[in-house]
Amino acid sequence: MVHLKVNGSTQAFDGDPDMPLLWYLRDILGFTGTKFGCGMALCGACTVLENGKAIRSCSTPMKQLEGREITTIEGVSTHGPNAVQKAWAAVNVPQCGYCQTGQIMQAISLLSSKPHPTDTDIDDEMSGNICRCGTYQRIRVAIKEAAKERA
Amino acid sequence: MITLEKTSSTFAVVNVTRRSFLQGALSASAFVLCVAKTPLFAKAAGNVASGSVAPSIDATAFHPSVFLGIQPDGTVLIVSHRTEMGNGVRTSLPRIVADELDADWSRVEVIQGDGDERYGSQDTDGSHSVREFFDTLRETGATARLMLVRAAAQQWGVPEAQCVADPAHVVSHKASNRTIGYGDLAALAAKQPVPKKEELKLKSPSEWRYIGKPAPGYDVSDVCAGKPLFGMDVRVDGMLYAAIAHPPVLGGKVKSIDDSATLKLKGVKQTIPIDPFKPPHHFQPLGGVAVIADNTWSAFKGRDALKIEWDNGAHAVYNSPAYKKQLQETARQPGKVVHKIGDPDAEFSKGGKLIEAEYYAPHLAHASMEPPVAVADVQGEKVTVWSPTQNPQGVQEEVAKKLGLKKENVTCHVTFLGGGFGRKSKPDYAVEAAVLSKTTGKPVKVVWSREDDIKFDYFHSVAAMYIKAAVDDKGMPKAWLQRSVFPPISSTFDKDAVYGSDGEMSLGWNVIPFDVPNFRSENGKAVNHVRIGWLRSVANIYHAFAVQSFANELANAANRDPYDYLLALIGSGHVIDVKQPPDVAAKYPYDTARLRHVAQLAADKANWGKKKSGNGWGMGIAVHRSFLTYVATVVEVEVDNSGAVRIPNVYTAVDAGIVANPDMVISQFQGAAVFGTSIARTGEITATNGVIDQSNFHNYPVARMNDAPVHVDVQIVESSAPPAGVGEPGVPPFVPALCNAIYAATGTRVRELPLTKNGFA
Repeated sequence: MVHLKVNGSTQAFDGDPDMPLLWYLRDILGFTGTKFGCGMALCGACTVLENGKAIRSCSTPMKQLEGREITTIEGVSTHGPNAVQKAWAAVNVPQCGYCQTGQIMQAISLLSSKPHPTDTDIDDEMSGNICRCGTYQRIRVAIKEAAKERA
Repeated sequence: MITLEKTSSTFAVVNVTRRSFLQGALSASAFVLCVAKTPLFAKAAGNVASGSVAPSIDATAFHPSVFLGIQPDGTVLIVSHRTEMGNGVRTSLPRIVADELDADWSRVEVIQGDGDERYGSQDTDGSHSVREFFDTLRETGATARLMLVRAAAQQWGVPEAQCVADPAHVVSHKASNRTIGYGDLAALAAKQPVPKKEELKLKSPSEWRYIGKPAPGYDVSDVCAGKPLFGMDVRVDGMLYAAIAHPPVLGGKVKSIDDSATLKLKGVKQTIPIDPFKPPHHFQPLGGVAVIADNTWSAFKGRDALKIEWDNGAHAVYNSPAYKKQLQETARQPGKVVHKIGDPDAEFSKGGKLIEAEYYAPHLAHASMEPPVAVADVQGEKVTVWSPTQNPQGVQEEVAKKLGLKKENVTCHVTFLGGGFGRKSKPDYAVEAAVLSKTTGKPVKVVWSREDDIKFDYFHSVAAMYIKAAVDDKGMPKAWLQRSVFPPISSTFDKDAVYGSDGEMSLGWNVIPFDVPNFRSENGKAVNHVRIGWLRSVANIYHAFAVQSFANELANAANRDPYDYLLALIGSGHVIDVKQPPDVAAKYPYDTARLRHVAQLAADKANWGKKKSGNGWGMGIAVHRSFLTYVATVVEVEVDNSGAVRIPNVYTAVDAGIVANPDMVISQFQGAAVFGTSIARTGEITATNGVIDQSNFHNYPVARMNDAPVHVDVQIVESSAPPAGVGEPGVPPFVPALCNAIYAATGTRVRELPLTKNGFA
């Protein structure tokens, strides 16, 4: 049995301990905002926060999560859009939108450790998140907007 | 009460009180308009994407393609009958209607249309959503506006001419200072006879409030909130999950299965064999063995534990290095003539200066962020499918065919697509879900892993090209011969197809936009060994790579500035015959003056020629017209000693005629530069003994933020020409512009993609 918190609620999991967090969130809890993209931590579509820091849920087995606090995209917008989500909408970042929840979670993680990221910081932090529509230029702008908003 | 007005062969409006499409969404007293049109370009030459599968158009049948409803509370419902996959159609199409209706955009609710043949073609490909439906959407809005105005005039007993609709969602009568909301008029408007097309007053472009004005995506907040919008997010009560072990080689069959380890796993319910397809493969499932489980992870794990012996079949001969040699050999031999101007052979035999080059581009995979996925629920004779699909009517047809049902019995709900790029025009994965739901008696969700997606794609074609020119003493071509060889998309529908279709030839090969008096384009035979399909801009990718690289080679051979030389090649501008159907040619003549103009805009913005190329810095330019849109792209590169390529700037100029939503157009072209970067830098799918060598983003890398172009500048030409495509045309010129820039920076000519073949990364 694994005990953890997801978006503030306590959960207990007694399934396959090797099940990646991604599928627990999506198929069992129904938090489908966290996306499946590659299953190998190569694309970042599945990014969530573990104790406030971005992780790839597709490659994090449930057995590693005893006592951890997980936040998904659904958890950051319970009290209205987060500053990052607002910036994303203002810059009209998404095209298809599938990767964007992972991008947003990664950006939230970045801004929590570096409130005023440089271009290099943004490149370093965000280059694990693939967007096939190619919204990188707008993501960079939106992160800077969100940083201003949070300041 | 239903009235039908047939005002012309391409436009008819019906006023209905209620229709099954919107049941549940509309109140009984709502005002609903259905507009029918016969798609003008269903068989357009450039529309190869739907060429083989487009439903035949029956001009006498009723094809409602747009639905517009006004609720008594004033909410305007507009159906988006095309697929949202990042193309922005759920914003751009409804805004065209809303503009002519004078609707308040904040009170518009967009409803996604299910698959239904009465909409006309819903196949969202070939960059034609706006261009095909622009006039109809405007007429729909204008019709409803006029009926609202007439309803108000009737209610107040004043002349219609004194009443005006205005942006506040009301009709007003100035003389008596009265206004009435659209919602209050809905019931009376619904009783008005439908006006004839001649009675409509469409706005002049200067009156447009939404068309041509930038707008954020209609769904942007829901997307950023992680709402369950995508096919991958569909959850149905009692749903089972399936992963499928597909035959590793196209056409392979299961020899034996040992599923004992699989069935021991927690969560796994059963395994189900899926029949192999009967050639041609078309949109049929590939066959294999499905693992049914109560969650996706268990299905994947169960699949990994299967022990299957395969009979790989005839395509196990497919080895990319040998196949490449074959294609190149074919490209060196005379092929089937596609188009001819003058007598190039006579010019070649004169013994002047000849320049020739060969180009090669490998297969590509779509790798949209959301792998193929579908949920199907078969209940007796009725099937419900939820799927990210560019082709909901194709889902209906293929599922019906496979299960032996009428296609009207198949409901296809279209979800958002996590990228499509042409892959999701092929509904094989939805058919898999239907087959498995029928077998299990439960709703089934088929989830493809990334490995499935990359290994079992409908691949973008591999292609070899050969070009030869005879040049005069100034280095200008007097004769030009070009040959391309690639396994055609038609092999998906006809197993014996070996030549490119007219559609593929029209994608940048039958003609070139240059002033060359003697010209011949040819196409050689190639046999397919994998499924071949449409990928964002299709054959334009390899054709533009060859033609625009060769133009650059000629410039360098002539010792001229590549941009000046390109303008000289294009000439002053004229209309060229590209063998378009007459109605398309009349509306969209291929005018090279527009191509010249975008080249000038892009070069000016890039400050072309102000800095000297070489020592690892350079700019390249390329132009291309596709999907009726003229594009020029200048790419700036920095190449270090290790061959690492950085792209600080891209300057693109676009003439797409009237654009519905400029911000969305900018997004499409920014995205096309990134998509082009993926193609050029690392895009390569290969096969060994029929098995695809790549499987995930580690061995099929795509552009990331740190290797994508840093800044993409997009200029949109202001135009009153009819709207053209914007989703795809940004891709073709990007790749040759990048390769030309690399030549300028390093002196190394890239004739084979991707860049990694040439020592660059």
